[in-house]
Amino acid sequence: MWEWSPLRDWLSERITPYWTYPLLTAVQGLIVVVCIILVMAYYTLAERKVIGWIQARKGPNRVNLLWIPGAAQPFADVFKLMFKEIIIPADANGFLFRLAPFLSLIPAIAIWAVIPFAPQHAFSNIDAGLLYILSLTSMGVYGVILAGWAANSKYAFLGAMRSAAQIVAYEIAMGFAMVGVLMAAGSLNIGDIIQAQHGRGLAWNWFWLFPLLVVYFISGVAETNRAPFDVAEGESEIVAGFHVDYSGMAFALFFIAEYVNMILISVLTVVFFFGGWLSPFDGWLPEDSLLGAPGFFWLGLKTLFPMFSFLWLRATFPRYRYDQIMRLGWKALIPVTLVWLLVEGFMVYFHVGPWKGHP
Amino acid sequence: MQDTRSFFKTYLLWELGQGLMVTLKGLFAHKVTINYPEEKTPQSPRFRGLHALRRYPNGEERCIACKLCEAVCPALAITIESDVSSDGTRRTTRYDIDLFKCIYCGFCEEACPVDAIVETRLHEYHMENRGENIMSKDKLLGIGERYEALIAADRAADARYR
Repeated sequence: MWEWSPLRDWLSERITPYWTYPLLTAVQGLIVVVCIILVMAYYTLAERKVIGWIQARKGPNRVNLLWIPGAAQPFADVFKLMFKEIIIPADANGFLFRLAPFLSLIPAIAIWAVIPFAPQHAFSNIDAGLLYILSLTSMGVYGVILAGWAANSKYAFLGAMRSAAQIVAYEIAMGFAMVGVLMAAGSLNIGDIIQAQHGRGLAWNWFWLFPLLVVYFISGVAETNRAPFDVAEGESEIVAGFHVDYSGMAFALFFIAEYVNMILISVLTVVFFFGGWLSPFDGWLPEDSLLGAPGFFWLGLKTLFPMFSFLWLRATFPRYRYDQIMRLGWKALIPVTLVWLLVEGFMVYFHVGPWKGHP
Repeated sequence: MQDTRSFFKTYLLWELGQGLMVTLKGLFAHKVTINYPEEKTPQSPRFRGLHALRRYPNGEERCIACKLCEAVCPALAITIESDVSSDGTRRTTRYDIDLFKCIYCGFCEEACPVDAIVETRLHEYHMENRGENIMSKDKLLGIGERYEALIAADRAADARYR
């Protein structure tokens, strides 16, 4: 990802050159994972703060860090969870019960390998990046299903079943939305998808693929089991859904996975529809100017909006009833994507809009 | 026409957008949270909190063991036993209030002909051991002595409405 040539040279003098590259990648991976977990930690705080503000409250403001009210709340939560006992129910399938949190966390973190944080800065610049993302986001559901099944509790099982049906329904709409992006970019490589949106703000996919953007984000919310689609853990009906029987750090892993997935969906929304690391002044300002240069800054800044939208949606809408979720997924979102794929196909064929100059 | 409108309203997420705008306004609205131990909401002099038994300024107990409070108490939280005291007056030998039974309705205070049992505005109290929920006569009189100024001020503030 990063070059780090002096460090690489220094290392290759000391250990065999063969191991230098994996070692550097591992260190970089660790740095990125720690950063993601930190962002996730503060995202939980942001969630409580934003929802508090929307409900005319102040949110957590007791655990101070550097005199900032509430800034140490995530760490307080983590320490609380670390000191709690992990209880494994007597009738649970112990192996699967222990495995499930990891199965939901690992895909959530593994997807970051193909996300380009800045031009040429992705861990692996693979050509099937979109397929990799699509397959790994579906992997996350195994964690949820196994957790629900292994706990040997009917509430957990119901939650897992709901989650499975919901993810099947919304994965299709999400996949179709991605097909639209794929048609626009002509490539499965994430870097190429961003580069294809090069131009001013209107050239980004969000304008021409607006229905797909909406469908993608809604399915993203459903995919991460967030309100208003959080029937998998509907407190009012099935206690806490698939993670009822988890406590302490085992629960925390599910929690981390959920929030990392939310950040991931936000980043992917930006990558697919808002030009990733491209600057909004791209095309007006020269590429080497301060604001015109593409870079991590723009990716981070743009990602904040979908991340905020997750919280905004949660604070606004009541939970969908289960059959309404299914109806929305199958009868509204999938037809919308299909219609728009057709429209997009015509636009590509007749060279309308952004496809004007294409051969 | 109606169908077309509702079709577009549905697919443009019109009403969802309206809802989002409401919450967005809330995001910037005035926050009503009170930082509790440091800031407190104003309290009425009629606040019904922990009980107290009062004395007259000369130190004589007000309570005459008429047992009206015991009779009126809807939760049966008050237990009174009485006897003739050394100076020939009728006095309570036992005056217990079970704080777990008490519903803080204030009927005892209203029933009392001599303003002996009162509910103070103290509400930040706790129990650490079993049995501490029973407020005995000594404890009640102790609270009355300690907070007499507060209790008297509250009664005076409310006197014209009683």
